Amino acid sequence: MTDWNRQKAGLAERFASGRAYAAGKTVPIAKLPAFLEAVLRPGDRVCLEGDNQKQADILATALADVDPAKIHDLHMVQSGVVLPEHLDVFDKGIARRLDFSYSGPQSARIARMLFGGKIELGAIHTYLELFGRYFIDLTPQVALIAAVCADRDGNLYTGPNTEDTPVVVEATSYKSGLVIAQVAEIVDKVPRVDIPGDLVHFVVEAKKPFYVEPLFTRDPAAMTETQILTAMLAIKGIYAPYGVRRLNHGIGFNTAAIELLLPTYGEALGLKGRICTHFALNPHPTLIPAIEAGWVEQVHCFGSEVGMEDYIAARSDIFFTGPDGSLRSNRAFSQTAGLYACDMFIGSTLQIDLQGHSSTITASRIAGFGGAPNMGSDPRGRRHASEPWLKAGAEADPGTPASLRRGRKLVVQIGETFGDGNASLFVEKLDALELAAKLKLDLAPIMVYADDVTHIVTEEGIANLLLCRDRDDYEQAIRGVAGYSEIGRARDKKMVERLRERKVIQRPEDLGIDPLDADRRLLAARSIKDIVRSSGGLYRPPSRFRNW
Amino acid sequence: MEKLSFQFKTEKPAGGTRPQALVGVVASGNLEVLLERVLPTDACSIDIATAAHGFGTVWQAVVADFVSRRAAGGLRISVNDGGARPDTVALRLAQAVRLIEEPEA
Amino acid sequence: MSVTATHNAGNLSWYEASARQRVAALADAGSFIEFIGPEQREMSPHLAVFALPEQFDDGMIIGSAKLDGRDVLVAAQEGRFMGGAFGEVHGAKLTGLLRAARTLKRDALILFDTGGVRLQEANAGELAIAEIMRALIEARLAGCKVIGLIGGRAGCYGGGGLIAGCCSRLIVSEQGRLSVSGPEVIETNRGIEEFDSRDRALVWRTMGGKHRYLIGGADILVDDEAIAFREAASAALRGASGFDLAVLTAEQQRLEYRLERFGAMRDAVDIWTGLGIAEPASLPELTTEDFLQQVQGKREAADDAR
Repeated sequence: MTDWNRQKAGLAERFASGRAYAAGKTVPIAKLPAFLEAVLRPGDRVCLEGDNQKQADILATALADVDPAKIHDLHMVQSGVVLPEHLDVFDKGIARRLDFSYSGPQSARIARMLFGGKIELGAIHTYLELFGRYFIDLTPQVALIAAVCADRDGNLYTGPNTEDTPVVVEATSYKSGLVIAQVAEIVDKVPRVDIPGDLVHFVVEAKKPFYVEPLFTRDPAAMTETQILTAMLAIKGIYAPYGVRRLNHGIGFNTAAIELLLPTYGEALGLKGRICTHFALNPHPTLIPAIEAGWVEQVHCFGSEVGMEDYIAARSDIFFTGPDGSLRSNRAFSQTAGLYACDMFIGSTLQIDLQGHSSTITASRIAGFGGAPNMGSDPRGRRHASEPWLKAGAEADPGTPASLRRGRKLVVQIGETFGDGNASLFVEKLDALELAAKLKLDLAPIMVYADDVTHIVTEEGIANLLLCRDRDDYEQAIRGVAGYSEIGRARDKKMVERLRERKVIQRPEDLGIDPLDADRRLLAARSIKDIVRSSGGLYRPPSRFRNW
Repeated sequence: MEKLSFQFKTEKPAGGTRPQALVGVVASGNLEVLLERVLPTDACSIDIATAAHGFGTVWQAVVADFVSRRAAGGLRISVNDGGARPDTVALRLAQAVRLIEEPEA
Repeated sequence: MSVTATHNAGNLSWYEASARQRVAALADAGSFIEFIGPEQREMSPHLAVFALPEQFDDGMIIGSAKLDGRDVLVAAQEGRFMGGAFGEVHGAKLTGLLRAARTLKRDALILFDTGGVRLQEANAGELAIAEIMRALIEARLAGCKVIGLIGGRAGCYGGGGLIAGCCSRLIVSEQGRLSVSGPEVIETNRGIEEFDSRDRALVWRTMGGKHRYLIGGADILVDDEAIAFREAASAALRGASGFDLAVLTAEQQRLEYRLERFGAMRDAVDIWTGLGIAEPASLPELTTEDFLQQVQGKREAADDAR
């Protein structure tokens, strides 16, 4: 007789083991390692939040403290490898295998550990892809999640940093997995129910808030004239002609500069209402002046950003907020929105090769992908039309009859020809290829593939890859915006001029932009303090950004 | 410090009448550019002192482009470089020329 | 069509500006004449040994100018070159300017933006600080006013803080910082519990313009705007000046009394409470205008003692 309910029985058994340490649903911190040893099993698939921003830090520390003789060979499935403890579990033999998406803060150590064979790598995913696999073949058996507070029934308030929690709990709890939440405190009544108590088995009262990385705050004081120039090029050379209203900005100074140029440069070009009205975006402080000036209709957020809570709550017409007034973010839905409901992704990268592939992997650092492969991909399942989508599709494929010709999402890679440490953005061979060989990966970890990239913007100009017809076109178009790098200096000058005539390459002067006009005075806010002022005092920047 | 020196024949003399102009600051990723209107109008010289060694070919390309695009005749150009990127160098050179072309107060 | 930067035209953030931009904004249009300008190439003789780049003016710009028609001498430090720190040539230029002030009986403005003395030129730099202080005092004894302006990224630290303490008037913005030891030095020497240098709100509470203004360490608080600094400098130039034993004695007494009242307090907020300010914790968030209104009549003044 086949037993078809073993997982439910397994859950009941773990739950009973855990109950021995709990009062109701609450487990005291002091008992955490023993509790975890009781409810985990060797080889379990465990999701430890590990989001892009919020971290279940108390649970991470406790997990790294379990006895590896009892709990070992865990398979970690989590979006973000952010805390040192996320890698300590591998060092100690508590965990063996890893599937993840993003590892920014741990990029150097994770590289060392992967090369050293301390981690068995499943794959590096994009967020939405990993979330999808939570429902197919990477379903967590135990989820260790982070929430703001809980009531005694286990109803959770996740608040502005809701992020991945709903999708993690959905996949885990409904497949007989165990859900353990850390909260700052247990209250009589939560401000709103983000996760129903039915889905939560145990709660740990941490007595302090979960850790959050401030990732999306860019100090305008650090913005350079070159970044402002690339922002002007993007606005006048792409946003305006395509009429981009629905979009996502990847993280970085170039996009933050674009946000700060909307109320000034964008206004002078008469673009208000015609571009940048709807965003899938984290609450960037640099978007505040544009919001205040009436550019933005709405923003859906993947997560929150430290210091933005009061501003968001006061702008509920713009942001998604709950009945309690605070932001509700949701990475899975935001990633879906970015995939299908946005007409453009624009973001920066570390390396672009001569075919147009882009990657952030370097020889010694593995930062993962985050959302970029998803946001920066052309969704072939899309069926609704929009002006930019149709225009890009026509440029890419003028031969096909219009009614059978799908549009294209604009995928823009923006950056300076020389990045940090004066390293060239353009390279002959991506470091990612070397990494793939070293780790014996099936695929080199490419962030955005060449056939998805539609435009490259540098301070030298814009390369429109949609208008390229063959490999030579591609190569010279890329060389033609690669500035004074080795790649750029090796260009075929005659070919580049012809590409310029075809408008495959557009220089600042072709767009009526004088690079000398790329002046910091164009920024709607030139300091964090300016942004605070713009928000009417509602934005409260983290301490590291203060100069008052 | 690496010292580089370039001499050019130019077609157009620098505009304006100011005897000199200075832009920029010597800081990490930045540079200062001093222009002195002391040479014959068909000549331009560029002297560079830089802490970043081995980028001679890049400097060559940047200054050659600059001289071919901007009216720089008669200018002795002196650069103190703090490790700036080529695009910043090109920008400062252009800013300096624009400044020296400005009518005197 | 060229879109020029009209949005912030007329607004020059002092904090962001270069030394030359500040001098240009401060002086009456076209009135600034530079002494020992960059074309003289009087650069540091020490930096090449360390493979460090030089700057033609060694980060110190000096000259004469008019401010609202009044003849003044001006010195401005470039805070982004070597952190605005004093070196041999940098210091000598300021010494020379202050001696010229004494000789010409002209008032002087010092636009501070400095982290102290360059490590690479330590001895020469420390000597320069001493020479500058002496030259400043001698100028004041000759009847000159020496007015300090503080509001740049590097703040006014180390030897710069000592020199500032000798000035007849100090004009600061909220962003400006004035101290001798810097935050990291205090933390290294006294521990993080004593002073967490990464707690920037603490740094500004302790050394920033608003606090200095409140305890008489600075005399005039202005917005981070070149025009505000210019107006304050012009007003300070019109004010009274004086420097004799009576002034020094009064200042000594003021400082002793200040130490008596506030010496045991842990945090600036305690001092502000002690000054009788309602809602002291909110002071850092207030605009300059609201702040000045809130603290009117409550701050410690060193005016008489300068």
